[in-house]
Amino acid sequence: MRLSREAVFNLVVLAGLVALPLYAHLSDAPFTITLATRAVILSLAAVGLNIALGIGGLVSLGHAVFFGVGGYAMGILAFHAQNYTPLMEWPFVIEGTKSMPVIWLVAVVASALVALGIGLLSLRTSGVYFIMITLAFGQMFYYFTISWSAYGGEDGMSIYVRNGFPGLNTLVPVQFYGLCFTLLCAALAFNAVLLRSPFGLALNAARQVPERVRAVGLDPFRLRLVAFAISGAITGLAGALFADLNRFVSPTMFSWQLSGEFIVFIIIGGTARLFGPVVGAVLFVALEHFLGGMSDYWHIWFGLLLLGVVLFGKGGLIGLIAGRGRVHD
Amino acid sequence: MSLILIAEQVLNGLQFGIMLFLMAAGLTLIFGVMGLINLAHGSLYMVGAFCAAAVAAATGSFALGLVAALAGAAAAGALIELVVIRRLYDRDHLDQVLATFALILIFSEGTRWVFGSFPLYLDVPQALAGPVSLPFGIQYPLYRLALIVIGLVVAAGLFWLIARTRIGVQIRAGENDREMIAALGVDIDRLYTFVFALGAALAGLAGALVGAIQSVQVGMGEPVLILAFVTIVIGGIGSIKGALVGALLVGLTETLGSVFLPELFKLFMAPAAATQTGASLSSMAIYILMAMVLIWRPTGLFGARA
Repeated sequence: MRLSREAVFNLVVLAGLVALPLYAHLSDAPFTITLATRAVILSLAAVGLNIALGIGGLVSLGHAVFFGVGGYAMGILAFHAQNYTPLMEWPFVIEGTKSMPVIWLVAVVASALVALGIGLLSLRTSGVYFIMITLAFGQMFYYFTISWSAYGGEDGMSIYVRNGFPGLNTLVPVQFYGLCFTLLCAALAFNAVLLRSPFGLALNAARQVPERVRAVGLDPFRLRLVAFAISGAITGLAGALFADLNRFVSPTMFSWQLSGEFIVFIIIGGTARLFGPVVGAVLFVALEHFLGGMSDYWHIWFGLLLLGVVLFGKGGLIGLIAGRGRVHD
Repeated sequence: MSLILIAEQVLNGLQFGIMLFLMAAGLTLIFGVMGLINLAHGSLYMVGAFCAAAVAAATGSFALGLVAALAGAAAAGALIELVVIRRLYDRDHLDQVLATFALILIFSEGTRWVFGSFPLYLDVPQALAGPVSLPFGIQYPLYRLALIVIGLVVAAGLFWLIARTRIGVQIRAGENDREMIAALGVDIDRLYTFVFALGAALAGLAGALVGAIQSVQVGMGEPVLILAFVTIVIGGIGSIKGALVGALLVGLTETLGSVFLPELFKLFMAPAAATQTGASLSSMAIYILMAMVLIWRPTGLFGARA
């Protein structure tokens, strides 16, 4: 089997994501590992969004909602565990927890449910209305958490010790990185399988010609709703990891600028490409680090770069390197 | 809970709603005529406020500040239309969102670069300082009352421009059939630049006027931008009448909700819990309003176009 240029490029990206933190670990540069962890987690969030945006054509400007729900799932569970107060006493007692697998499960389920709810309302609309209503839902959550004083309100809350994973010491940067990287790989594999599955094909078709999808007896609304929920769940998982990385949760996890940045990752990397979100997020974190180190006003340069990519560079970075052929279209 | 308090809050809600209309009118006009989502509209609001604050500080005249706000925002609007926005009309909404998102970054950081991170202050003009007595013993800040009047005058002017003038006919025609009016000899490029600059000037005016109540700082445009989007989604995108109704609805809901919802909950809840619940609910009230309107009418109250 001959690999396409894009597949080779993807393998190079993966190899880089393995090699860089290992090198940093051996040369004792924990900050580089933290930076890489940040890039991997943001990639995971954008991989989640790409299922709705890339395959489904749903431009959600409110995906930070799911990121934030995941973050608060972690924050609330860990908060109760470190204070030894039960989360709920009636009708049955629910205790907080510091166990990552449990937290991930809760984060995924909670953000999938929130995505179902938001999807049910938002997917009735389309086009610019959909963009705006998802944006508004994001603001709704943002302002709700600001006034939610039980969990820190505007100040957010700190978790003193990173949550645990059986058999690992998550406070060692490279071990936590390994966890995040594994989850990213799992999400990418899931995404690749989804693309080729009957569901993925139908969803892709529903983006291009909804009438024909309807004509063969499939319901575009339901396809989109399921895609939106899956997409939200993955972004929610990323949110839980991000909260663990910083050991801090705050309403800014819901901010619409973050939703905008997720879209930016996908576009810079290449829309509807499997590795588009990864390349975009890594590039963003790298730019933030290097441009941010050079100039306090790095957002100007980043804005100009983004403008250039949107106006002149169709296909994003992967398109530039691996040719224009799309994964699916 | 006295009648005077209620009247004051209604006036505050009106004032807020009318300022919101100045923002929303530009957004909805630009979407209606050109089919463009402009996230950078909040930046033009900020440009207006900074122009007004800088010129008012240099000359000591609030009126000159307002002129500078109108001119500065219109010029910035015309400039970005000519350089960037023009290339986006035929693109999909995603590209428009991203490119104008990039413009926000450029404008915000550019303003921070020029003016620094500290907020500027724009004083209420001497002639409009202090309270004014209204019937029934209501004392109300004169400046806020002036904002309501100015806003209403501008709104009336805008309706007149759209409904009665030659350029208004062209704008309305442009919403329906771009090729046809181009074929009739209207310079469509110039029309688009004009509409964009007009929308920008309205946003800049709102920024300058509100700048005297709040502080003038980088990032001040984004919260207003989101509210303006909520407004036009509620009203129906592309409809100026919808923008006005939506703006008043949002302004009143936002202002009255934050004062009266906690009071309402106190009727049947413990005071601390009522304050908490009321505060959370009122901060979400307009988004709940929007969701309800969209469930009822997916294209907004006066909207036709999806």
